[in-house]
Amino acid sequence: MVKFPRRFMAKRIIIDPVTRIEGHAKISLFMDDTGNVTDAEFHVVEFRGFEKFCEGRPFSEMPGITPRICGICPVSHLLASAKAGDAIMAVNIPPAADKLRRMMNLGQFIQSHALSFFHLSAPDFLLGWDTPPATRNVFGLIASNRELARAGIRLRQFGQEIIEILGGKRIHPAWAVPGGVRSPLTEQGRSRIRTWLPEAYTTAKIAFDLFKKTLETHTKEVQIYGNFPSLFLGLVGADGNWEHHGGKLRFIDSSGSIIADQLDPAKYYEYIGEAVQKSSYLKSPYYLPLGFPDGMYRVGPLARLNVAEHMGTPKADVELKKFKKMGRGAVTSSFLYHYARLIEILAAIERVEMYLEDADLLSDELRADAGINSLRGVGVSEAPRGTLFHDYTVDRDGLLKKVNLIVATGQNNLAMNRTVAQIAQHYVHGEDIPEPLLNRIEHGIRCYDPCLSCSTHAVGQMPLRVQLIAPDGSVMKEISRGLS
Amino acid sequence: MDRLKVATVWLGGCSGCHMSFLDLDEFLIQFASQVNLVYSPVVDVKEYPEHVDLCLVEGAVCNEDNLEIIHKIRKRTGVLVSFGDCAVTANVPAIRNQLGLGNGESVLQRAYLEGAQTNPTVPREPGIVPALLERVRPVHEVVHVDFFLPGCPPPADRIKALLTQVLSGAKPKLEGAQLKFG
Repeated sequence: MVKFPRRFMAKRIIIDPVTRIEGHAKISLFMDDTGNVTDAEFHVVEFRGFEKFCEGRPFSEMPGITPRICGICPVSHLLASAKAGDAIMAVNIPPAADKLRRMMNLGQFIQSHALSFFHLSAPDFLLGWDTPPATRNVFGLIASNRELARAGIRLRQFGQEIIEILGGKRIHPAWAVPGGVRSPLTEQGRSRIRTWLPEAYTTAKIAFDLFKKTLETHTKEVQIYGNFPSLFLGLVGADGNWEHHGGKLRFIDSSGSIIADQLDPAKYYEYIGEAVQKSSYLKSPYYLPLGFPDGMYRVGPLARLNVAEHMGTPKADVELKKFKKMGRGAVTSSFLYHYARLIEILAAIERVEMYLEDADLLSDELRADAGINSLRGVGVSEAPRGTLFHDYTVDRDGLLKKVNLIVATGQNNLAMNRTVAQIAQHYVHGEDIPEPLLNRIEHGIRCYDPCLSCSTHAVGQMPLRVQLIAPDGSVMKEISRGLS
Repeated sequence: MDRLKVATVWLGGCSGCHMSFLDLDEFLIQFASQVNLVYSPVVDVKEYPEHVDLCLVEGAVCNEDNLEIIHKIRKRTGVLVSFGDCAVTANVPAIRNQLGLGNGESVLQRAYLEGAQTNPTVPREPGIVPALLERVRPVHEVVHVDFFLPGCPPPADRIKALLTQVLSGAKPKLEGAQLKFG
């Protein structure tokens, strides 16, 4: 938990930048006089100001602008933005358009989760925490296990190709619009996607086998990397099934009990508040009824699997059952975000396969048109990292008067702070901190696969610098990770 | 011959250019055998090294951290490439420049004062949270840039064209459709 006054009473260590995460950040560790970690803070150091500079622009431009918040999950912003536009026009979009948007979102889940697993996180648990920093990355993985790296690169490629086939471009496609989408799936596109399926299933299986083996040797990480009670939030279908682009919101607690269900996502402001920390550009959303910071909740793959009763597809449902056995009630270890991500990859492949058999996706009826029929529109969708809210208020001409964005990663901010503190308290004793330990602390952040461009609607790369701060606030020592 | 030392840097941008770099897909495997990636958001080196041969810079110069590192990068790099539209023109992050004087403060107020229910305050902590610059700037307004690689993001084949030219020792030259913004 974040407690500001301690900063001036203890020593402080800063990790800058945190790397292999999607954004710019630093970590501070606070130590008492005996060298034990009393607290930790995760700082996000990027900010661009989308909420303000979009004011005055037509709402129909938002699906073009907001994807530029983030190049990793541009599709999430594209879809949430188009959905907010649907609400401003007060239209029901054609069924084919809804299915096509869903298919693109699934493509994005595959590419983004593959990136998190193979490119960013796997180097830690496959190459090892102690691997030298210069090779502990996807290029090191290419050098040590070329075929595995190739499989991961190609799984990401599969997801990106689904996006390209539908939207004409892998990153920032101008495709979803208020009222629907611009173009259908073509016959040719359908066969291209179909040829990928066997390989995608095989790679998913390889990843599962690898991670299950990893779990056998990483029981300590499961216990220590962000293992604590919290609430979990995600969209669910009317039947309580896994949902990624529709449905209603559900909050559960760590015992697995539902504490609020079938909430209207458009009224998010009735149950989500946002708090500011002075030392980070990342705000901390919390569950309003419990207040700040007790209303800490987690979103993203772990949360979605915790709130869902079933995945709704056969292969993923088998895996979900095994996954649920790893918790008493909810699964509370953030190290298992990695596992949840793999289950979502599998579910996404199964659903893409299902859509290939659906003739609706070739339909030309794709777009509803209307004027301004509501002065406020909220679009909510599950991004790979969690629930994403776009809330627009417009004038009679459709020009934006107010924009509020609550992005997946921010909602994990309180949990990320708690996670780095938990890992640091376990491993760090005294001022001499070996590099692999720093890496473990950073991995606590990687579990959440945070996207900091998104979360602060900002900019960045996560740097590692560690500073020891004396009780009077002066820097005693600074460790940074360079080539040497 | 020593392998080319390559770096990629992410300033004020969305990382889409880096994602497009990863869209090189299996070419990455070949690329990995030809160069040393010495600094990048996807590797763990924390300090920008000396004597880098080629650096792709994504993003505009938005805050004090960006400003500090871009000067360091220029000093330590042979060939510096503005990688993508935000680096080349400042693009989307520069929309805030249109708000005129005090735009940095006004975007911060909107997000952290009007947009918060608990502890509404603008984050400021010297040495931790970098202050926003008064004006978002493209990279070449701050340091000399050797080549421009436009696109939002530049598609993978355009990145590949540039890298292939550099790897073969040629002076990079992009023409026609390869010079498209957006």
